[in-house]
Amino acid sequence: MSLECGVFHTRYESDMGLRPRPMQRIRLAVFAVFVLVFPFVAGTYWLDLANQIAIATVGAIGLNILVGYTGQISLGQGAFMAIGAYTAGLLTLNAGLPWGVSIALACVLTSLAGTFFGLPSLRLKGLYLAIATLAAQEIVEWAMTHWTAVTGGTEAIVLPAPSLFGVRLNSTFAFYWFGVLMAAGTALFAANLFRTRMGRAFVAVRDQDIAASVIGVNLFRTKLLAFATSSFFVGLAGAMIAYYRTIITWERFTLETSIVYLAMIIVGGLGSIRGSFFGAALITLLPALITNAGRALQDTAPMVANLLPYAQQAVFGVVIILFLVFEPKGLSKLWGNVKDYFHVWPFAYRRG
Amino acid sequence: MSILEIRDLSLRFGGVTALAGFTMEVRNGELLALIGPNGAGKTSVLNCISGLYRAQEGTITLMVPDGGRHSLHRLPPHRIAALGVARTFQNIELFKHMTVLENLMLGRHVHMKGGVLGGGLYVGRQRRREIEHRRCVEEVIDFMNLEPLRSAEVGNLAYGNQRLVEMARALALDPAILLLDEPTAGMNAEEKESMARFILDVHEERGVTVVVIDHDIDVIMDISDRVVVLDFGRKIAEGTPEEVRNDPVVIDAYLGRARGDVA
Repeated sequence: MSLECGVFHTRYESDMGLRPRPMQRIRLAVFAVFVLVFPFVAGTYWLDLANQIAIATVGAIGLNILVGYTGQISLGQGAFMAIGAYTAGLLTLNAGLPWGVSIALACVLTSLAGTFFGLPSLRLKGLYLAIATLAAQEIVEWAMTHWTAVTGGTEAIVLPAPSLFGVRLNSTFAFYWFGVLMAAGTALFAANLFRTRMGRAFVAVRDQDIAASVIGVNLFRTKLLAFATSSFFVGLAGAMIAYYRTIITWERFTLETSIVYLAMIIVGGLGSIRGSFFGAALITLLPALITNAGRALQDTAPMVANLLPYAQQAVFGVVIILFLVFEPKGLSKLWGNVKDYFHVWPFAYRRG
Repeated sequence: MSILEIRDLSLRFGGVTALAGFTMEVRNGELLALIGPNGAGKTSVLNCISGLYRAQEGTITLMVPDGGRHSLHRLPPHRIAALGVARTFQNIELFKHMTVLENLMLGRHVHMKGGVLGGGLYVGRQRRREIEHRRCVEEVIDFMNLEPLRSAEVGNLAYGNQRLVEMARALALDPAILLLDEPTAGMNAEEKESMARFILDVHEERGVTVVVIDHDIDVIMDISDRVVVLDFGRKIAEGTPEEVRNDPVVIDAYLGRARGDVA
């Protein structure tokens, strides 16, 4: 947090606000206006992408709570999203619960599952923990495809369309509002969390676990809480996918999903909420942009245009490598640089 | 009256004996120095007290001012911290990506309440708690003259300042007893002097019992009420700075003895 000329806080309360400076509030307002106007001007194609971004933002914030903020590497993102999706779907299909209740229960159950698979974190760190969470991924993937009695195996599960006051919620326009609400709620929750006691303990465990324990942080509880909190939102993202597509297939929740989400938070910025959103947006938009670029080049450079669809995976990889090399702190840091420049603008000390 | 009693503490790592029946008493309100040559086991003593090492034998008992007796040697570190034992480390163990303020707020962790849900919603009680503890932290910031660094990221601070922040974080815990592991290591003469003053201030103004390890004998002799000397995991001397300074056993431990000398 840097000081801005002419802004004086006279109470701790205002100093501790999430957006203590006028400029930050203005930026937020501009963004809010954009979000409110967007669905009325955008076509279905872009609206669908926006919905995917909203879902990915929830999932990426969830993963970032665990990986970026608490420093516990997880390859089980796909598995936890699957638990959220399948629970939310099956509770409605088999137990007849309203979709809202199913989603809430799915979050809680994923949270419990995350806590269980987080148990190895008490002994394992870094790569070793990553392998342990990989086991979770494999177990859940196996259960999805083989536990036919419950999950239907490799067959897709079709859900009834969710509706609220008679409005079908899985249309791109209606879901947009639901998605934005969930993403904003998740972001606000996480932002609050990391300015209060437990959130600080999460970060302390990441930065220096021995010092954290000596200052009074219960490592055992804190790590499990991080897994529980993270999985809650990851489960929510899974449940959102289930009700947006109204179809659940196991292919959506494979190890590749885990890696794509890791890419989101690396590209966006580890330990950053706005970074989770940036990463989710970029990684979601990237394939769409490549496809569109291919179409645009169809006439002028058909060779390139024909190659592009195949190059998608490669471009994806290159983007990640470029970020790791040139800006390991991700888009969040780049955005911070832009803000810092205008922070003192036009009175910059030097022009770089 | 003593605040901490260590009896017959033995600590072994495989075949290496770090502490061999070490016994020590810390009196309430004193500034005690723990000195000894490299590898004598000073840091091991602190690690046993704060629960990072488990001694194979012996007892550590904390007598908190309200009269409770607590056996520390089976407790995990966070429980020991909650009893009012705070410490700093030889190699500065701060939360590098957090600001000074956040580091100090973590010092309040054991005194605060509130979990994930309360924090995430940030309503009513949790909000008041954060503000209330911010006030305590600001007091410590005042006390340690850290105002200009308040919102700086700790990892970017100069070495000497990092040491001050680490001590401030320990102070934020409102400790009954403060363990300082080489607080002046790697500092120049001026920084050492200012650190020594802070230690004295903490001891006198805030009335905290302090146990300090240091290699700078001059600093130690200047500030401490009592000195305990360790060598090879045993206490070899104990007393006022003057007594210890002139103790032949201590001089031997530090300077060695020519072969053939008779004690």
